Amino acid sequence: MAQVKPDTGKQEPGRIYSYYPGCSQLATAEEYDVSARLVSRKLGIELRELENWICCGASAAHSTDHLLSLALPANTLKQAEEKGLPLAVPCAMCFSRLKFALHELENKDTRELVSRAIGKDVSTDVTVEPMLKILADDDIAIPLEKPLAGLKVACYYGCLLVRPPEVVNFDDAENPQTMERLMQKLGAEPVEWGLKTSCCGAGVAFPRLDVVLKLSYRILSLAKERGADCVAVACPMCHANLDMYQKDMKAKYGQKLDLPVLYFTQLMGLALGFSPRELLLNRHITNPLPMLRRKGLI
Amino acid sequence: MPDLKTIIPEPDNNLLSFVRTHTGQNISACYQCGKCSAGCPTAYAMDIGPRQVMRAIQLGLRDEILNSSAIWLCVSCQTCSVRCPREIDIAQVMESLRLLSQSEGRPPAQREILVFHRAFLQQVRVFGRLYEVGLGIMYNLRSMHFFNNIKRLPSLFAKKKLHLIPQRTKGAAEVRRIASRVKELEREFK
Repeated sequence: MAQVKPDTGKQEPGRIYSYYPGCSQLATAEEYDVSARLVSRKLGIELRELENWICCGASAAHSTDHLLSLALPANTLKQAEEKGLPLAVPCAMCFSRLKFALHELENKDTRELVSRAIGKDVSTDVTVEPMLKILADDDIAIPLEKPLAGLKVACYYGCLLVRPPEVVNFDDAENPQTMERLMQKLGAEPVEWGLKTSCCGAGVAFPRLDVVLKLSYRILSLAKERGADCVAVACPMCHANLDMYQKDMKAKYGQKLDLPVLYFTQLMGLALGFSPRELLLNRHITNPLPMLRRKGLI
Repeated sequence: MPDLKTIIPEPDNNLLSFVRTHTGQNISACYQCGKCSAGCPTAYAMDIGPRQVMRAIQLGLRDEILNSSAIWLCVSCQTCSVRCPREIDIAQVMESLRLLSQSEGRPPAQREILVFHRAFLQQVRVFGRLYEVGLGIMYNLRSMHFFNNIKRLPSLFAKKKLHLIPQRTKGAAEVRRIASRVKELEREFK
């Protein structure tokens, strides 16, 4: 395992990260956090959770107060900088907010103002990486215990992991392939489909459920039409929108989808030999266990 | 003193120059191809689509824009910004309009969306992190949609999705300190 070099505060392209779980991952999306940690440990990647980390502010901050929306993630960036390790972020929303802050903090005036807001000198000398990029790295050997043979997966990225490219600097904005390659390594079969970066409706499920139903139904029904057994996601908000409302979609659009939505880390966990219970596969509203049994994967 | 108009919106009678100052985007470059509206996931639900918002900025149709549902239904998915052939960051423009509308104290065309954002930030100020159960309760109370999501509670409980105890973090004090400092700075620069 790579050691931290004290002189530069940087480490080898390596396997120790500071870890920013994000609020949802300790609540409704606990299965994402749990599976990400299990899989990371198994692959020799050490995640050190930042102490007393705070919320990134999400859409609520950037839609109502620009300075606050920079100050909250800037505080986390400062914590990460002090640790001298790259920051691993599972949630696509947190990732996006941290990357937007980094991007805007390149401006000296902005940096000065945000530094005053958080009472610390902000710097942009931090690497922020999405969990997907870290775990899909080709240099990491995946000791497969139970290849996901015969499992057809619709890889869904949503918006914020890949857009806008000049801010997030990850994969391709219209046709990313990172998750597809990862699924192939796990022995699964990614399906070709055209809505992998289409919006699921994001955070408007409370105020405008109709919008989420329309957008998420479009995504799920295409995934199903393309023959997917499940959808793989890397974002707790996408997960909630796609997993929680399938009954409402049936009532509204008349199609029974029953299409399980899993975090990519849970699929990795299955292939690495963890049990459904360890991976909290029983936590989803659309139960994936019958499908996984049918496929002989559990 | 640094020029901070890019961060703290300053009302401007001329929308075109407001947008240019606050976002650095040149709306005059828009030639109305409509790619933004074509790719926008929520355009179907908006009163005026993103292309029309761009045109309205050019024409200075202030009320049409700042009272529109469009600026609230934009979910910042960034599709328009990535696809614009004139390289206008439309999502950022929509955001600046959303902020301007609030700083002018206009009632939002999608009241519940602002209620949601405020309930969210309230949880973060109290706990330092989002307390989802608190958000659900506060949203229902403040939006007056008292029974929103109530029918989902049994399955959410059964699946252990609801964490009734909020996360505790010493970061909560940090958030409150940052939030009040942000307010002070915003007052100072206005």
